[in-house]
Amino acid sequence: MSFKSEFNKGIINENPAFRMLLGMCPTLAISLAISNGIGMGLAATFVLVGSNVIISALRKVTPGRIRIPIFIVVIATFVTTVDLIMAAFLPDLHEVLGIFIPLIVVNCIIFARAEAFASQRGIIDSLADGLGMGIGWTLALCGLSAIRELLGTGTLLAIPDFGFAGIRIFSQGLAAVMAILPPGGFITLGLLIGLLNLITNRRKTKRQQV
Amino acid sequence: MTKLLVIFFGGVLLNNFVLSRFLGICPFLGISQRVDTAAGMSIAVIFVMGLASVVTWFFHNMILVPMGLEYLQTIGFILIIAALVQLVEMVIQKSSPTLYQALGIYLPLITTNCAVLGVTILNISESYNLLEAAVNGIAGSSGFALAIILFAAIRERMEFSDIPESLKGFPIALITAGLMSMAFLGFSGFKLGALFGMM
Repeated sequence: MSFKSEFNKGIINENPAFRMLLGMCPTLAISLAISNGIGMGLAATFVLVGSNVIISALRKVTPGRIRIPIFIVVIATFVTTVDLIMAAFLPDLHEVLGIFIPLIVVNCIIFARAEAFASQRGIIDSLADGLGMGIGWTLALCGLSAIRELLGTGTLLAIPDFGFAGIRIFSQGLAAVMAILPPGGFITLGLLIGLLNLITNRRKTKRQQV
Repeated sequence: MTKLLVIFFGGVLLNNFVLSRFLGICPFLGISQRVDTAAGMSIAVIFVMGLASVVTWFFHNMILVPMGLEYLQTIGFILIIAALVQLVEMVIQKSSPTLYQALGIYLPLITTNCAVLGVTILNISESYNLLEAAVNGIAGSSGFALAIILFAAIRERMEFSDIPESLKGFPIALITAGLMSMAFLGFSGFKLGALFGMM
């Protein structure tokens, strides 16, 4: 398959958050503001691309029996890199994402791509796959965060690291704080996936009628 | 003593690992179709999380801190957990085949349960001492057990209910978890320190 199709599949058809339902913990935990979504998504994209490329490059010299520890070390190296870079340059974001940055190590998306894709395919394909999956996840996080940030605080695009308070859409008094509390995360994601299923089902029945 | 009680009840009820800290969501949603499998998984998790808290505490304070290698925390901890899970699996297989039969398939999954790595990192970032770290590990995993068993019981009932086509399966599970999380939010009004201070 070409670079483009490997890249595209992660964004829509095999979107990790909405279709494959991988990496739920950080998806639910950090989707409080769009800036968190972008930060977390890009951090994971960096780790995905890096680990996919290295694991793919090492695939011929990796003994099958100890591949899991090797994957873990490669992934953990990239996660530590991202953790230290973020602590140095984006301290506020690092504070908010907190424990979920080191926890990228055990994110199922990265593991699944390493095991199912990168350990069997060439470097260019793995790079495209990592980039597509990473960006697909980032978009999903941003979508979920946008809904929760708007409903929970009434603003959009607040970026504490740059001292930007965000665009106020409606007043604080109308905001439903529940959306940025833990229950809001579960319920918003549940309804969002339900909506996507509804759209897919509608399309399918329409196609059958035609 | 008061601090230990506060850590324990805080971990189980106030800051439930699954429902308010979002740690361990994958097994929570994945292995909660039946109560007995959920119970098996939670016993395995309690075991590994308690053990991992103690071992990583020693690793951090006896090896990483004296040598000034704190930045190796993530790599070191995940390797320790992976090795620990393997070791526990082998020990259980040799010593108690019945327990191994019951837990066998869940043990390898625990390595990628983010609650385990999460609790060990929290122990270090909160600078707990050894006893507090162990209690925190047990509390976190007991909270996980409470949440997953309750959730599995609800899901067993849900099989017979009439759910809209597009909400079937994962979406309705998430919404149910959201309602449970809302119930657990009610505990956040407790002031544990004052409660146990009086006793």
